[in-house]
Amino acid sequence: MSQLKLPIYLDYSATTPVDPRVAAKMIPYLTEQFGNPASRSHSFGWTAEEAVENARAEVAKLLNADPKEIVWTSGATESDNLAIKGAAQFYKSRGKHIITVKTEHKAVLDTCRELERQGFEVTYLGVQENGLIDIEEFKAAIRPDTILVSVMYVNNEIGVIQDIPQIGEICREKGIIFHVDATQAPGKVKMDMNVLKVDLMSLSAHKAYGPKGIGALYVRRKPRVRLEAQMHGGGHERGFRSGTLPTHQIVGMGEAFRLAREEMDSESERIRMLRDRLWNGIKDMEEVYINGDIDQRVPHNLNVSFNFVEGESLIMAIKDLAVSSGSACTSASLEPSYVLRALGRNDEMAHSSIRFTLGRFTTEEEIDFAIALLKDKIGKLRELSPLWEMFKEGVDLNSVQWAAH
Amino acid sequence: MAYSDKLMDHYENPRNVGSFEKGDDSVGTGMVGAPACGDVMKLQIKVNADGVIEDAKFKTYGCGSAIASSSLVTEWVKGKSLDEAMAIKNTAIAEELALPPVKIHCSILAEDAIKAAVSDYKQKHGK
Repeated sequence: MSQLKLPIYLDYSATTPVDPRVAAKMIPYLTEQFGNPASRSHSFGWTAEEAVENARAEVAKLLNADPKEIVWTSGATESDNLAIKGAAQFYKSRGKHIITVKTEHKAVLDTCRELERQGFEVTYLGVQENGLIDIEEFKAAIRPDTILVSVMYVNNEIGVIQDIPQIGEICREKGIIFHVDATQAPGKVKMDMNVLKVDLMSLSAHKAYGPKGIGALYVRRKPRVRLEAQMHGGGHERGFRSGTLPTHQIVGMGEAFRLAREEMDSESERIRMLRDRLWNGIKDMEEVYINGDIDQRVPHNLNVSFNFVEGESLIMAIKDLAVSSGSACTSASLEPSYVLRALGRNDEMAHSSIRFTLGRFTTEEEIDFAIALLKDKIGKLRELSPLWEMFKEGVDLNSVQWAAH
Repeated sequence: MAYSDKLMDHYENPRNVGSFEKGDDSVGTGMVGAPACGDVMKLQIKVNADGVIEDAKFKTYGCGSAIASSSLVTEWVKGKSLDEAMAIKNTAIAEELALPPVKIHCSILAEDAIKAAVSDYKQKHGK
C-alpha cells in the first residue's frame, strides 16, 4: 500500500495539475525554441510557428474541427468575452436580444451584464431541479430579434451536461449564433463539430492537465461566423485576437488535448468508478443529497449537500481534502452558490454543499480515506448542530420563526 | 482562510457542547440566527440560587468562527452573574479570537445568544 499524501486534491474542476508529459513538452519552448511565431525572417520564428500549428491541429482534432477554426486566447474567460461581445457587436444590426442561462459561469453572466449596459437585452433562463434547461422554455424565449444564445456544455459546480446537440439544432434552424462555454468539457464529453451545430466554443487548457493562461475559441467557418475583435494590435490570429503567441503555453495545450483525446475513454471509466465509490460510501448517511442530475453528468463531479452541517465548518473539519463549497462563508460575497439556488435548493442546502471533483491522479485509496473522514466529521458536526438536534426531535425547521440577521 | 490558533483550538476542541433540559426552571435558552443565513447558535445557561451562572452549554450550526465564538462564550459566562454576562461585548469576543472582518457578525451573534439566554431565564422567573 502506497503512502497517502495529504491533503488529497479533489478540486479538479477548479484546476488540474499540468500532466508531467505536458510539462516536458513545454520546457524546450521556454529556453531553446524561444522564437516568436510571428517572426518570418529566421528559423527561430519558423520553429515556433510550426509548434503553434501542430498544437492548433491537436486542439482541432479533439473537436473534429478544422485547425483554421481555432483562435488562441489567454483562457476561457477571454474566449467567452470575445465570443459574446464579438458576436453581439458584429450582428447587432440584426437584433439586440441574447439568451443565456442563470447557472452559467460568471465569465458569461458578467459579459452579458456588460452588454445590457451597452443596450442589448438578455434573457437569463432558469433551470429545472436537475440543473438542465427546459427545451420548451428555451424555444419560447426565442424572439425574432434574438441574435445570440450562450449555454455552457458542462456546469462547473454540479457537472451536469446540457443538451448542446438539440439546442444547436434549434439555433441553426432560426439562424441564431450559438456560443458554448465548454471549459469543463474537453476530455470528459465527446465533441464533434461536424455534428454539433455550435458556432463558437470557449476552451481552456488548465482544466484538462494543461497550463493556466492559455485557452482557445473555436470559430466556425462553415457557415462562417464573424466577430468584432476585442483585442487590437498586430493582427495575430487572423485579426481575431492580437498579441504575441505564448508558444510554450500553446504547446502545452496542444499536448494536453492530444492526451485527452487518446485517454478519454479509459480515464472516464476509471474516474466514474471512483466517483460512484465515493457516492456509495457516503449516501447511506442520513440527510445527504446529490445536487444536479445524476445521469446527465460528467463522471468527475459529485456535488453533495450534507443537511444541517454548514459548508465552511465542514471544509475546516475535512481539511485533509482539498474541495470547494457552495457555502456563503467560503466566498468573499457571503452569498451562497447562485447555481445551487437556481436548482431551487434552499439557502440551507446551498450552505451545506461540498463539490468533489476527481481527476487523472485520484486513487481508490484516496477515495476510501475521504469516505472515512467524511463519515467521522459529519457525525461530529451534527452532534454540534442545533438544527440536527431539532430535526431529530421532529421539529419542522420551516415552521420555526428565525430571527434573520 | 487563515484563522488564529485560539480560534482553531475552540473549533477543533469545542468546550461545553450539549444541551440542558429546556423546561428546567434553572435553565435559560437562547437561540439566535437563521439557517438561511448560514448560522444558528443555541446557548443555554444554568443559573444557581445565588443568581450565578454555574454552567453553560451550546450547539452551533455555522462556520468555524461561529462555532469558536459560541464555544468561547460558554467559558466566559460561567461564574458570572446575569448582569455581568449581559455586559460581554462582541468586540471582546472578536478580539480574543482575532476574527477576520468578514466574520465579525459571528461575534455579534454570540453576544446576542447570551442576551437571549439571559432574557429567557428572566422571563421564566417573572423578572
